[in-house]
Amino acid sequence: MNVIYILWLRQLKRHFRSKARLIGSLGQPLLFLFALGFGLGPVFQQAGRGDYVQFLVPGIIAMGILFTAIFSGIEIIWDRQFGFLKETLVAPISRLQIMIGRTLGGATVAMIQGITVLIISLAIGFKIENVGLLPLMFIFMFLIALLFTALGTAIASVLEDMHGFQLIMSFLVMPLFFLSGALFPLQGLPKFINFVAVINPLSYGVDGLRAVSINGAYFGLFNDFLVLSIITAFLLAVGSYLFSKIQI
Amino acid sequence: MIEVKNLTKRFSDFTAVDNISFSVKRGEIFAFLGPNGAGKTTTIKILTTLLKPSAGIITINGHNPVEEPDDTRRSFGIVFQDPSLDDRLTAYENMEFHGILYKITKDVRKSRIEQLLKFVELWDRKNDLVEDFSGGMKRRLEIARGLLHHPKILFLDEPTLGLDPQTRNHIWNYIKDLNREERVTVFFTTHYMDEAEKSAERVAIIDYGKIVVQGTPEELKSKTQASSLEEAFLALTGREIREEEVKGIDRMRMHVRGRRK
Repeated sequence: MNVIYILWLRQLKRHFRSKARLIGSLGQPLLFLFALGFGLGPVFQQAGRGDYVQFLVPGIIAMGILFTAIFSGIEIIWDRQFGFLKETLVAPISRLQIMIGRTLGGATVAMIQGITVLIISLAIGFKIENVGLLPLMFIFMFLIALLFTALGTAIASVLEDMHGFQLIMSFLVMPLFFLSGALFPLQGLPKFINFVAVINPLSYGVDGLRAVSINGAYFGLFNDFLVLSIITAFLLAVGSYLFSKIQI
Repeated sequence: MIEVKNLTKRFSDFTAVDNISFSVKRGEIFAFLGPNGAGKTTTIKILTTLLKPSAGIITINGHNPVEEPDDTRRSFGIVFQDPSLDDRLTAYENMEFHGILYKITKDVRKSRIEQLLKFVELWDRKNDLVEDFSGGMKRRLEIARGLLHHPKILFLDEPTLGLDPQTRNHIWNYIKDLNREERVTVFFTTHYMDEAEKSAERVAIIDYGKIVVQGTPEELKSKTQASSLEEAFLALTGREIREEEVKGIDRMRMHVRGRRK
């Protein structure tokens, strides 16, 4: 237990000690929120879809979580490069404990990121329909965080160095975000885009957040929860397996 | 305490360790010497569960590192050749992290961290981030951390690299005390032949992945009719300078290190 705690704490300390990372990882979601929220708001309104900022905020929260979570998972590559990974790998603790501690740490950091975006959104006028559902919202945020930290860990376990990082950003993280319904409604999309969105786990996260905050689910709250939980469990298992196979 | 039989490690295109065998007795100080790229670090990585061997049988404190990695890990402590500290944590936090991973009880942990940080003269800097430390300070912290728990076997991969003679001396005295008082088996590599000659009871020399010779420093010297271990070493391994094979990750590390300077 102590072991998991200290691994968790390390992730938090690292995150909050890096001012550049803190500001950088908030900057992007906020830019999207302001530029798209206020820029496309009037068009969205005229199309009869209601308030775009209301619609967009859950997507931006998910975005903040996604980026931070993947990054936290991928941090293993840094640890490998700067040698610290060895220190944990030769310690008399199981690989699973290391994986759990790190993943919970990364997920916590990502969740804090999501909550920060939520607070800023509330300050600029976002309204939660039913405040009683807030705990459910946190559960969804945590599931998204856990899912993508595990994904980051799985990827980092098979990469040797940072050369692949740009590829991951361009061909995984960005598509996950843009093709998730974070920015646009999934109703009435061309078949291909709709298909991609339906197989994208982030779509269910965004949808779940919409379901509990603005009452606007596409897949339905229960489906969102089910799909997210199953994929999270699956990725945790894959991540643990790949992590346990690391050799240095 | 350490038994290695016919150990081989092949990477895709070359054989880093080629059918080596040796054993280290309990309580012994054993030096594992060789030129750059001879296979020392690869051997240590295999003994400490970080790499899987291609062939051969290893026993560490009665455990097989491949089949019983957790039991094996409980038996040893290690100071790595290259940095393995967390730069974003303070000196104290690095020590504490290690202490918790190795399940040292809180009281022992606190007193030992204080004792060791004072010993390597970093107690005044205990709350500073490691990223602000000089190379020598990091090295000292790394050694202090390796000595925090008292394992049955201590692996030291070029522990005193880049340290001044005073610090080297100081650290070797500590290791020898630990060896004498708690019967800790010490397995170390070094390029400082005087260190091996002074501290090691037995020596093995590895070159091109093969063990060239093993025995006490005296035996090695008489065998080569050399007056010092350094001469014996040069007689056995030749005088040409070796290039180390560099894998992708090491290249990256060097690149990053170079940029940060």
